[in-house]
Amino acid sequence: MYICRILLLCLALNVSAAAQNLGRALAPDEIAKLDLTISPDGTGLPPGSGSVAAGAEVYSKKCQGCHGADGAGKPQDRLTGGIGTLASDKPIKTAVSFWPRATTVFDYIRRAMPLQAPQSLKDDDVYAVTAYLLSIDGVVPKDAVLDAKSLPKVKMPNRDGFVNYWKPKK
Amino acid sequence: MKKREGFVGSDVFVAGNGLMDRRLLLGGGVAAGIAAGAAGLALGQSPDWMKTPGRGFSGYGMPSKWQEKVQRPFSPAPGRPGTGSSRTPLHLLEGTITPNGLHFERHHNGIPDIDPARHELAIHGMVKRPLAFSMENLMRYPMETHIRFIECPGNSGGYASVQPAQTTAGGINGLLSCSEWTGVRLSTLLDEAGVQPGAKWVVAEGADAAAMSRSVPLEKCLDDAVIALYQNGEAIRPEQGYPMRLLLPGFEGNMCVKWLRRLKVTDAPVDARDETSHYTELMPGGKARQYMFLQAVKSAIVKPSFGMAMRGPGLYEISGLAWTGAGKVSKVEITADGGRTWAPAALGEPVLSKALTRFRLAWKWDGRPSVLASRATDETGETQPTRAAWVAQYATGQFYHFNGIQSWAVAADGTVSNVYL
Ligand code: HEC
Repeated sequence: MYICRILLLCLALNVSAAAQNLGRALAPDEIAKLDLTISPDGTGLPPGSGSVAAGAEVYSKKCQGCHGADGAGKPQDRLTGGIGTLASDKPIKTAVSFWPRATTVFDYIRRAMPLQAPQSLKDDDVYAVTAYLLSIDGVVPKDAVLDAKSLPKVKMPNRDGFVNYWKPKK
Repeated sequence: MKKREGFVGSDVFVAGNGLMDRRLLLGGGVAAGIAAGAAGLALGQSPDWMKTPGRGFSGYGMPSKWQEKVQRPFSPAPGRPGTGSSRTPLHLLEGTITPNGLHFERHHNGIPDIDPARHELAIHGMVKRPLAFSMENLMRYPMETHIRFIECPGNSGGYASVQPAQTTAGGINGLLSCSEWTGVRLSTLLDEAGVQPGAKWVVAEGADAAAMSRSVPLEKCLDDAVIALYQNGEAIRPEQGYPMRLLLPGFEGNMCVKWLRRLKVTDAPVDARDETSHYTELMPGGKARQYMFLQAVKSAIVKPSFGMAMRGPGLYEISGLAWTGAGKVSKVEITADGGRTWAPAALGEPVLSKALTRFRLAWKWDGRPSVLASRATDETGETQPTRAAWVAQYATGQFYHFNGIQSWAVAADGTVSNVYL
């Protein structure tokens, strides 16, 4: 009986050491507020939409000071142009020429831009400014309107340009 | 000249241009040959600081004021003060552990000042029980301690430039630091949340003003990944992710997400900005390598290096750092004749996995121009490529993940400059 108890106690200790179970359950609405991740298939894209024209306005007010007219860059990163240069001896890597997915453009602007006030844009404005940036080099037409359905379908010029070098053990 | 003991005889030279047997470091004798430097001090008279009481106690000690030049160099681009990096002054430090205030920094939009009482780590996505962990609760989990290096995948990128950068060893390689990290094993928390079948990746996100985000293979998260809470015994520094950082031993520093607030378990990577725009390498032909996570085997001589002056012919210690994300460094070789002959260096014991290893070798410099280089091999058999072989893999201007052989030229006047072999 006594030995049995010790055994049980040991087992119990073992289990509790391996699993503290102190995590607090997260409710679905909490997760929805926390989750900024946009997956390549569009999972995570919020409701709303934005046109190229609306985006041009957002861009001139909130982005152009750092990224230049039409995303040409200066003083900060160049955002547009460079399509067709990646195989040349002067490759120009921009969000438009190099990034494989439009979802990444949306995801990054929504979480990180504008630099001095990240996460200050409305979702409609993020759709719009994404549409505007992609329209400059004709990746989307000048009358494009992007939303959760159309954005993941945009085919970026370098969509198939990346080779996955991660080799899982299993 | 008087015959010196301990290292005479030509058998101590094991490679060209004065490289000596690595065992000579371990015994005495070698030091006797080191050329005397500055003029002798007037010993015998007690200095002032012996004749007056010293300073009192302090709550948090600082380095000697005579060390005030030991600083992280940084030069932020205009208009983006919180975006960029500062570097560990490797050439001004010894041993393998980086002091916390000198750990390199790479921020994407400044250092947040996080109140730990208002910070939680969320785990959600493909898990049975989405969970949040407060700091108070995390502290109650079993912890583990490991010495690990962290290296930015952009480290030593200057080596990709056409002309060798004339800057210090820290200026070139200082996006590299090594600390003793303590924290909770990530697999413990993932087990508690219950990873669902089909899950393969974990998207990690920081609570900074860039919400820095990276996709991490689940395999790594269930292996040696740690939620780091302590750095060299004290709470992790704000620049390193206070109150917590994801530590992925041997993987790109950028993936060791600082100010960690969220882990989303997914079936696929998300092509985040910092795994597409940055930290990928364009190859000739226009395709780019992506998800190259491992920081490959690498080494750098830090003594002598750019900015140091050799004081004439004589005995010198060559010393430097070697590391590999694949595990342990197994061998470091040094050349003093521009790569013609190589001698094995002594490795500082214990050689630890995914940590910095200090190497040393005695060198008898005859005063003639010499080219020094180091070449490391790791326990998986990988050896550093030449710079030319490394550069040939990629398109023009690519600089991430440089791990080629590095070299220094010592001129007859004792000045040291960066050269390509
Ligand atoms: C105060 C200056 C500033 C403003 C305003 C600003 N940005 Fe930026 N942006 C930056 C900086 C600096 C970076 C680089 C950040 C880094 O490297 O971590 C950047 C990066 C980017 C990138 C990624 C570039 C690349 O190739 O990786 C995109 C896309 C972008 N910004 C879009 C925008 C948009 C859209 C706006 C307006 C809503 C905007 N930015 C407003 C400074 C600014």
